[in-house]
Amino acid sequence: MKFKALTVAALAAALPTLSSADPDDDKLVINGEVEMITKTAAPAHMEETGIDPIMSGWHFRADETQALEMDDFDNPGMIFVDKALDSWAAVEGSEGKSCASCHDDPSSLKGVRAVYPKWNETAGEVRTLAMQINDCRVNQMGADKWKYTGGDMASMEALISVQSRGMPVNVAIDGPVKPVWEQGKELYYTRTGQLDLSCASCHELNYGNMIRADHLSQGQINGFPTYRLKNAKLNTVHARFKGCVRDTRAETYSPGSAEFVALELYVASRGNGLSVEGPSVRN
Amino acid sequence: MASGVKPRVKVPKSAAAGDVVTIKTLISHKMESGQRKDGDGNVIPRSIINRFTCDFNGQNVIDVELFPAISTNPYFEFEATIPEAGDMKFTWYDDDGSVYETSKSVAVG
Repeated sequence: MKFKALTVAALAAALPTLSSADPDDDKLVINGEVEMITKTAAPAHMEETGIDPIMSGWHFRADETQALEMDDFDNPGMIFVDKALDSWAAVEGSEGKSCASCHDDPSSLKGVRAVYPKWNETAGEVRTLAMQINDCRVNQMGADKWKYTGGDMASMEALISVQSRGMPVNVAIDGPVKPVWEQGKELYYTRTGQLDLSCASCHELNYGNMIRADHLSQGQINGFPTYRLKNAKLNTVHARFKGCVRDTRAETYSPGSAEFVALELYVASRGNGLSVEGPSVRN
Repeated sequence: MASGVKPRVKVPKSAAAGDVVTIKTLISHKMESGQRKDGDGNVIPRSIINRFTCDFNGQNVIDVELFPAISTNPYFEFEATIPEAGDMKFTWYDDDGSVYETSKSVAVG
């Protein structure tokens, strides 16, 4: 990897026009055993976007940052997974239950992260993982809700994501979720803020380019929750959405709002086929 | 005892005698520097890990003093020669007097 970095640096020096922002072709294998799909054919619904293949944000990061995700010991996000294991077993609320009371081992939730957000028939709504966790806390445990983008929530999402690591994202976009998915798509292409940018302005039309010092990815969310080097903690999808919308200089929707849930469903569906990576490491 | 402290170490399970192995350690700890103030303007008291040691079969491998400028979750990576099979013992010393210990055995062969 070091050698490669040197080669790239030498090339960049020789060809000043070469953009260092292009995604690379490295392979992501975690702990030397879990092979991840980080680049794959775009799902059918994305045909009109002209994007193919879809790529995990991992490809857009520097070699050093990429390496952090290749070993669980080096991945700072795994500290939060450890923390979530403690809250998994902690009895809370009026019912005297913990997560473990119903779900036994976290491994029983293998595959869950890959299909969320998904339709909940009883409630008649699209539910994100965070909404489901809070539903469990309130209705099963009789405990207080966690803050939607808070540390406890992000850690628990990371623990649940790790169980599905390597499995392809596969959220449903038809059936009862269709109207919500359409709403999410609408939001994705709606320009907001003084800068008049939509999600697509950066992540569809300009991925691989630099936006000032920052490197635009396709905006995939298969790696969430994400440990970011810039704030040294796990970041949830909705916190990231909020950050992005804020950066367009708009008033943002709130994390957990119907708008962001719809957007999460749509953006997740753009990553159908990529491996669940959470907790990933980005800058 | 500071809350949420959990030591993690990564040591190869086995090595050939005389091998140099890489050891990685990390302890989750908030490493409160003592420089910050809370909402009411009161100084948040310092609470850090101030010393980290590693011993192999009673022989010291590394002994580190830590200071408040070191960030959350201090991480150390170092190399050690493994002369024989034995136990690698890791110790972290907290400002509040707590001592966190963990150990790993290394087989030779």
